[in-house]
Amino acid sequence: MNLLSLSGMEKRYPGVKALDGVDFQLRAGEIHALLGENGAGKSTLVKVMTGALQGDGGSMSFLGAPLKLKSTAHAQSVGISTVYQEVNLLPNLTVAQNLYLGREPKRFGLIDWKRINRQSREVLKRFDLDIDVSRPLSSFSVAVQQLIAIARGVDMSAKVLVLDEPTASLDADECEQLFGVMRELRDKGIGIVFITHFLDQVYAVCDRITVLRNGQLVGEFEAATLSRSELVGHMLGKELQAQTHGREHREEKSLTQPLLEVQELAVSGSLQPTSLCVRRGEAVGLAGLLGSGRSEVCRAVFGVDRKTSGTLKVNDAEKHFLQPADAISEGLALCPEDRKTSGIVGPLSIRENIALALQARRGWWRPISRVEQERLAQRFIRELQIATPDAEKPIEQLSGGNQQKVILARWLATSPQLLVLDEPTRGVDIGAHAEILKLIRQFCRDGMSLLVTSSELDELLAFSDRVAVMRDRRKVAEIEGDDITEGNIMRAIAEA
Amino acid sequence: MSNLNTTAGRPPAPAKIKLPRVNGRYLWPLLGLFLLLAVNLAITPEFFRIEIQDGRLYGSLIDVLNRSAPVALLAIGMTLVIATGGIDLSVGATMAIAGAVCANLIVGGVDSIFLVVAAGLAAGLMAGAVNGGLVSYMGIQPIVATLILMVAGRGIAQLINAGQIVTFQSEAFAFIGTGTLLGLPFPIVLVLIVFALVQLLMRKTALGLFVESVGCNAGASYYLGINQRAVKIVAYCIAGICAALAGMISAADIQGSDANNAGLWLELDAILAVVIGGASLMGGRFSIPLSIVGVLVIQCLGTTIIMSGLPAKFNLLIKAVVVIFVLLLQSPLFQQQMGALFARFQKRTNTEAKV
Repeated sequence: MNLLSLSGMEKRYPGVKALDGVDFQLRAGEIHALLGENGAGKSTLVKVMTGALQGDGGSMSFLGAPLKLKSTAHAQSVGISTVYQEVNLLPNLTVAQNLYLGREPKRFGLIDWKRINRQSREVLKRFDLDIDVSRPLSSFSVAVQQLIAIARGVDMSAKVLVLDEPTASLDADECEQLFGVMRELRDKGIGIVFITHFLDQVYAVCDRITVLRNGQLVGEFEAATLSRSELVGHMLGKELQAQTHGREHREEKSLTQPLLEVQELAVSGSLQPTSLCVRRGEAVGLAGLLGSGRSEVCRAVFGVDRKTSGTLKVNDAEKHFLQPADAISEGLALCPEDRKTSGIVGPLSIRENIALALQARRGWWRPISRVEQERLAQRFIRELQIATPDAEKPIEQLSGGNQQKVILARWLATSPQLLVLDEPTRGVDIGAHAEILKLIRQFCRDGMSLLVTSSELDELLAFSDRVAVMRDRRKVAEIEGDDITEGNIMRAIAEA
Repeated sequence: MSNLNTTAGRPPAPAKIKLPRVNGRYLWPLLGLFLLLAVNLAITPEFFRIEIQDGRLYGSLIDVLNRSAPVALLAIGMTLVIATGGIDLSVGATMAIAGAVCANLIVGGVDSIFLVVAAGLAAGLMAGAVNGGLVSYMGIQPIVATLILMVAGRGIAQLINAGQIVTFQSEAFAFIGTGTLLGLPFPIVLVLIVFALVQLLMRKTALGLFVESVGCNAGASYYLGINQRAVKIVAYCIAGICAALAGMISAADIQGSDANNAGLWLELDAILAVVIGGASLMGGRFSIPLSIVGVLVIQCLGTTIIMSGLPAKFNLLIKAVVVIFVLLLQSPLFQQQMGALFARFQKRTNTEAKV
């Protein structure tokens, strides 16, 4: 029997359908993985399920009776508890205070602290946690804090527990501890929704899997009968079959000089030792699922995250990039994944946004004249076909695709040797999507070196001379030449 | 990479002749200033009369300008700091420090006026560097970081003065506060010079663009290679130097350094002036000329209240009301609401006319 069931769930945002008729069934006593790439609709579905958002259509039922959630508090009161990736308890209160926050047992109208502490110890004992509950929450590791958050959820008579990426900041042992607790709760009949990027973890604890893609339900599967490569295929929206790659003609570029050479580059906490080489005039694709370390490679190469070990060479000379400015002065450029916070300078005009990187490279005492800036802006508006009435429009008023083109123009103005594009087509409408791909192919033909991450396999196939596959924050495979097929990439992503 | 030929075959767009865009930002602060001037003219007809005596200009208007000099200097620096997304509460205290340094050097027998002024400026630069360092390297919120010096600065000035009000006799130094150059009181000349220098530094180099970029989006500025820490430190240092100059004017004016009262609360006037000038406290676009207009609005207002013969106890309240009014006029939301109200009113009168 279904504990929680959503059918035909819809949620629209201006311009996007975040959920498009999604069904989801959670049984009592199961761990159910909810999977999908960025923009698949996972987080929207979780928000609807936990009362943080109201759906625009569709219905929901809980224990067989229709349910319409008004708020997260309402969801909690009927027995749907959520534990988020970032522990959202109060770090400066004690463990016991956190466990009973907002529902403190009273005695004569006053809070009964003795009872809180005693009950807290009992609750945590069920989770094999023998800790001093009168110490502040922040004095324990993130893993323990996660468990405490779960304990709080379960103790509030939860029947459904939603775990939103609880393992993102846990190490292997801590994960195992968490999984133990999850299995125990499952055996007690609680239904658990588990969200994670890590396929290993899915197969370690989950009974069933629901996959979303672009706001739609791809399917519901039994974990035991679904192979990894099938799962990856569902997540990326591809059938596993031998397909020829899209690039008609590949020149032999293995003889050219390496431009960027990375040996065992690691960043503590975000990137395991990874080696990578980009030759002159070569386009290297970075494949992998969300959270696999794709963006982390880009950030480490560009000096955003400081490397903790390994070497990085540009044109055979070892470099230590402490900040992006160092990388830029060596002829690198990065279009970051998060355009809004790290890309555009919103209120400034298109002209200024295009001129900024070149200006920063020239230094403040050598200004680019207004006339020169305008010429630059006009040239790129024409060449990249940026849709705008004039160059003085603030960039924040442009569509996502046009913003991305302005960012590309910003870097092209600096004539970089290596252009790093982190998800260049994210949040870009279909029309601009094709144009940006066309531009990337153009860059390849012009002999620029490229390092491009993408979650769209056909994009990678379209321009890559080589594809490096990332998993679990390290490079697991490198595919070259005619071996670059969707099947090969997906197998590399899925293999354990 | 210069030969992207994605638009080959398309004729290049004809070069458009662009008219300088009339900047709407200038409208409201200037309107406010003109309104105040008009009120002044109505109350005291001789408000705009300027006389020349002994080769120096005299008149109410000159007085207003002269008296607004310290706040104008502070506002110039504050504009930059606010544009980076920060705020500097310590400029009043920095004024006190600079005044105390100069006064004690003079009393201590340093004859060279250049040395005295240089020491005062160095004190201001140091204050700015401390603020900028705390904000950009320690990551302390600007309001907290500068609050430290706002409190400690007066203490430092008191220590320098050994708890006394230090008075001095120096004609050369007094000139900064009371002298005349080219027929204008020297403080006005000083403001003009600093204004011109900072404006040149911001608009004729790329520094102004960097300041705006950092203020709009510090994260993106870092990604595109701007040394945002240095930009912030420069802004705070300029603010410190401006404050030191303001402090020297007020010390020279009274021929003494009063650590407790020099520049007291002036940081608030400076912030207010920048806001009246239309800058966002979130950072981003800035205009030093508009901040100066803001200073003049505040100063004119004070004069107007005195001239109108209202009891002095109304001063602060009237100031607050006028400030709210000016800020309302600039608020896009308020403008929108007023526009909607006006449209509804017009529609009603139209339908009534038809009936």
